[in-house]
Amino acid sequence: MATPTPSAPPALSTAEVQRYGRHLTLPKVGKAGQEKLKASSVLIVGAGGLGSPAAMYLAAAGIGRIGLVDFDTVETSNLQRQLLHGTSDVGRPKLASARDRLKDLNPHVEVVLHETRLTSENALGIVEGYDIVADGTDNFPARYLINDACVLTGTPNAYASIFRFEGQVSVFATPEGPCYRCAYPEPPPPGLVPSCAEGGVLGILPGLVGTLQATEVIKMLLGIGDPLIGRLLLIDTLPMTFRTLKIRQNPDCPVCGDHPTQTELIDYEAFCGLPPENGTDDTMHNVPETTVTALHARREAGTSPFVLDVRKPREAEIAALGADQLIPVDELPDRLDELKATKDDEIVIHCRSGARSAKATQLLLDHGYTDVKNLAGGILAWSEEIDSSVPQY
Amino acid sequence: MATTTEQPSVTIRIPTPLRSYTNNQSIVEVDGATVQAALTDLIDTYPALKPHLYHDTGDLRSFVNIYVGDEDIRYLDGPQTALEEDAEVSIVPSIAGG
Repeated sequence: MATPTPSAPPALSTAEVQRYGRHLTLPKVGKAGQEKLKASSVLIVGAGGLGSPAAMYLAAAGIGRIGLVDFDTVETSNLQRQLLHGTSDVGRPKLASARDRLKDLNPHVEVVLHETRLTSENALGIVEGYDIVADGTDNFPARYLINDACVLTGTPNAYASIFRFEGQVSVFATPEGPCYRCAYPEPPPPGLVPSCAEGGVLGILPGLVGTLQATEVIKMLLGIGDPLIGRLLLIDTLPMTFRTLKIRQNPDCPVCGDHPTQTELIDYEAFCGLPPENGTDDTMHNVPETTVTALHARREAGTSPFVLDVRKPREAEIAALGADQLIPVDELPDRLDELKATKDDEIVIHCRSGARSAKATQLLLDHGYTDVKNLAGGILAWSEEIDSSVPQY
Repeated sequence: MATTTEQPSVTIRIPTPLRSYTNNQSIVEVDGATVQAALTDLIDTYPALKPHLYHDTGDLRSFVNIYVGDEDIRYLDGPQTALEEDAEVSIVPSIAGG
C-alpha cells in the first residue's frame, strides 16, 4: 500500500488534494488511502449523540458517501451533546440539519438521507448499500436489528453505546469475528436500563465514544491497524480508564454461529420484550388516559384529582406540574403503602413523556385502585399545551 | 493455598447502571474462591443487586456478562471459575444509549 498506484478508485481533484493534505502525507494513508476513503460508503444509524461526531469526522475525512438514518426532529435537550445540530435547528428534522452541517464541513461528500425508522422490513435493503455500518442508535431493539442485518448482509458494524459516564466500543459482524449477539445473547428486560432521557448522559461522552467509533470505521476502510474485532473497549470517564475485554465468536450463536437458526430479520420489539410497533424504549401500555387539557380544566375548576409523579426526584427538580406526591416508578411496588390516595380516589399519574406513568397506572389498577388514569404526554405535553414556563428536558 | 476458611480476596468492578445498588461503589472487595462465591459475598453485602444479576431460578442473567481479567467466564468454567488472590472480576452489562 506504500506505493501509490495509478488508480482504479476515483482520482482526487485538486481541491481534494489540498483539503486532505495531512492525510496524503500520513504514512499508512497517503494518496492511495485517501482514494480508498473516497470510494467508500458508511451508513450511520442515528444522527444523535454518537452519530454527530462520527458523521462529522467521517465527512471531514473524505468518505465518499455517508448515509444517515434518523426520523427525529431536533430538540433543545439534544444540543448538550449532538453537535450536528445547532440552536437554530430546533424543530427541524435531524437529517436536514445533519445534511447542512456535513455539506458545510465537506462538500465533496455525498450525503444520503434515510428519513425513516430502521425496521425489519427496510434494514437489509438500506444496509447492503454500504461498506460499513456505524451503529449509534439508542435502544436495544435497534441494536439487535442492526447486528442481524449486518451479519446477514456481511457488513461490518462499528458499534458504540453510552450510558451516563461510560461507553462501550467494538467491531461486530466481520467474517472473522463475533457479532453483538455473541457478546450479548439477550437484551435486558425493558425498563431495567434507564434511557439517556431518564438516566442522564455526560454531554462530552458521545463525543469521545463516537470519535472512537469513527476511528474504527476509518481503520477498517483503509485496512490499517487492529480494529476492535473480538474486543470490547470499556471506557469509564470518571476514573478515566480504558480497558479491553475479549469477546469470542459463539459457535452456538443463532445468527453468526456454526449452524445459524435465524436467517432472516425478526420482530425485535418482541425479542426485547416490548409491545409491537414501538421502536423506542418508551413502553406504551393500553391503560386509561387523560389529557393535560382535561387535568388543567379540572384544576381551574377546583376539582383536581390526586396527581402522582412517578419520575426520579432529580427530574422533579428540573420541571414539575405540581403533583401531590412523588414516588419513582421502580420504587412504587414497594412503596404503595405510602400512597396518600385511597383505592377509590381518582388518581392521575404522570412522568416525563407518559411511558413510565402508563406502567405505574397499570400497577395501581392491578393492585385494586379503581380510578387511575395516565396523563398522556406527561411533562412534555404540559409544557407544550398548558404552561411553556415548565421546561422540557 | 486457600483453605475452606480463608478464601482469596478479590475485587469486583461494578458498572454504572448497577452502582445505585452498591452505595455508589465502583469497586467492591469481596472474598471467594470461585466467581459464584465472590458474587454471593457481593450480594450478601448488597442484596438489592441480586435480581439484577440472577434469574429467580438462580442462573446468571444472560444479558449480564461476567469477566475474570479480560476473559468472559462463559469461556472459562462459568460461575465455578476459580479465582486467585487479587483477581479482578468485572460485571459488564449491555448498555444501549447513543
